[in-house]
Amino acid sequence: MKVQPLALIYTMSAIVLASSLLMASPAKAGQWDISGQGTLEARYFPHDVAFANQSQVSLSPSLTLEPEFVFETKHAQNRFTIQPFIRWDADDDKRSHVDVREFNWLHLGSTWDFTMGISKVYWGVTESAHLVDIINQTDAVEGITGEEKLGQAMLNLNSEHSWGNLSMFILPGFRERSFTANNARLHGPLNIDASQARYASSEQQHHTDWALRWSHMWDDLDIALSHFQGTSREPRLLPIIVSGQAVFIPYYDQIQQTGLELQLTTNNTLWKTEVIHRQGQGKPFYALVAGFEHTLYALAGSDADVGLLFEYLYDDRDPKAAPPTIANRDIFAGLRMVLNDTQDTSLLLGVLLDLEHQSILVNIEAERRLTNQLKLVLSSQLFNNIADQDILAGVRQDDVVALKLHYYY
Amino acid sequence: MKTLHIIPKEVLSIGLFILGLAMLTPTLSLAANAAEQRGLDIASEADQRDFGFGDYRVHLEMTLRNKHQQQTSRSMRNTTREQADDGEKTLIIFDNPRDVKGTAFLSHTHKAGADDQWLFLPALKRVKRISSSNKAGPFMGSEFAYEDISSQEVEKYTYNFRGEESFDARNHFVVERFPTNAKSGYHKQVVWYDQAEYRIWKIDFYDRRDELFKTLTYSDYNQYLNKYWRANQMDMINHKTGKSTTLTFSAYQFAIGTTDMDFTASRLKRAR
Repeated sequence: MKVQPLALIYTMSAIVLASSLLMASPAKAGQWDISGQGTLEARYFPHDVAFANQSQVSLSPSLTLEPEFVFETKHAQNRFTIQPFIRWDADDDKRSHVDVREFNWLHLGSTWDFTMGISKVYWGVTESAHLVDIINQTDAVEGITGEEKLGQAMLNLNSEHSWGNLSMFILPGFRERSFTANNARLHGPLNIDASQARYASSEQQHHTDWALRWSHMWDDLDIALSHFQGTSREPRLLPIIVSGQAVFIPYYDQIQQTGLELQLTTNNTLWKTEVIHRQGQGKPFYALVAGFEHTLYALAGSDADVGLLFEYLYDDRDPKAAPPTIANRDIFAGLRMVLNDTQDTSLLLGVLLDLEHQSILVNIEAERRLTNQLKLVLSSQLFNNIADQDILAGVRQDDVVALKLHYYY
Repeated sequence: MKTLHIIPKEVLSIGLFILGLAMLTPTLSLAANAAEQRGLDIASEADQRDFGFGDYRVHLEMTLRNKHQQQTSRSMRNTTREQADDGEKTLIIFDNPRDVKGTAFLSHTHKAGADDQWLFLPALKRVKRISSSNKAGPFMGSEFAYEDISSQEVEKYTYNFRGEESFDARNHFVVERFPTNAKSGYHKQVVWYDQAEYRIWKIDFYDRRDELFKTLTYSDYNQYLNKYWRANQMDMINHKTGKSTTLTFSAYQFAIGTTDMDFTASRLKRAR
């Protein structure tokens, strides 16, 4: 019998969790902390759909639920985290989905820590693109900004040394990217059948990936070098013919990716760079994001801070052999306004300008706390001047304004 | 050399006047030096008396009031670790409001040069190194600026002893201190130390235009490890806006056995 690494991790986590709960029965052995959030979301699409097969949706409600259960042993050396995520969407049956964001055991040693189970890891420093961040799959149905991630099964050991921090990852089991429904908004013209996903590896989604990252800080300079070997988180979409119709299926290559992160923290300015080199999708290619975030504190004698962001994005991948990217030669300019009031009101306005086709993607995020447990978020993505040959052409009719009411408990 | 012969009379007299001033200054600066030295001595003595606590953990409740006395509150936990030859290391974890639950703020204060600061955002699992030059900005929308809540190193000010004053059945030293950091929001602060224990009871903050801006009062002092005094309550009043913030401390624990490894940027993502 072949033991699936993923199943092994779940079983071991469950055993450790169960035994800790048994140990927990005498008082003071540890404690549970239950919290979480729910969201009411209304998305508004002002324009008509672009394609005949799309449903003419203009106002689309949705709900999310994300509870978090954390058990910590008495001296906080062991921690168990369970965090499911549920979304129900009125109009997109692929956006309605369930995921396990976290299900893991964390052990904290004096100069090291170890995680086993499903978890989330963030790498990177830049704002407009997250090139280096590769451990978790993007939960693409959540939004086109790609900020939401799916939980990833892992064994992770982090250790601190005089020469820097070392993180080692063994990643058994692969999470396929999620796609919006073929008739949904923010989908584009392609008829995608994700259930027929194919892999370069004969082990398919059971291929065990690994990753290493070293990071270090010298005064104002932070540096990190990482390497990943395994299944590409970004799929290519390959056309196949099913009963006379073109259907696109996700194809996941085996890749090697080396990443570099740099941040220089000076007085009011953060200088940031991310570079990747990837092999396995056509000719080896480089991609880069570099720029700065400059903050003007106490603008005009008020409490408000204004951040000015500027980043240049470059990617020399071959779009025929590698998954296409929206940011191959782009400029990102952003404005972040933080009022520093009791409601923590903030506004982020970002513009991504494609230097080849002059297409413009506008991203707006505004938020304000209403009460101790309620927060209102306005989020919008607007597509302007999108050229026919631009990768965003298929969604240019899908300008979206979303209003989200978050309830935290 | 030619220019020497054509010095106009006015210039010469101004030169003589400056020369005269220069001869006067030694006595003046001696007096100033004495007041500066006394101020520095008091600040150093207060610092010395608080040195050696090692580490502590405390719960903080922050109550914000606007001028209409409407209240909102925040709660957080603070862990601080003393450094033998540098500023303190502090980790603050937020519990309330609920949308910022789990957000953590790490600060390494330095006696010289800029502090190092990081923020952990739990939703993204992202640790961000942030600029520490936002000294004058409000902390969590309160009347406390970042520089008010960060550790008060003797080296971060120059001093001037102003006199003695008695109130609330205590005798106080009154010391002015001037921030050395150009990014500070203050021209000066006036600090009242009690003469018995060198505890701070009151600070008046003067803005960059040297106008009275805020007043901080300390109350309900308790002594820990038979040596270290901590106030259970701090009240900050903003005289310009009428807003105020109360910090209430509870459950102080000293000698909790932290190490420097608990205050690293990479450990920050495990904070809770």
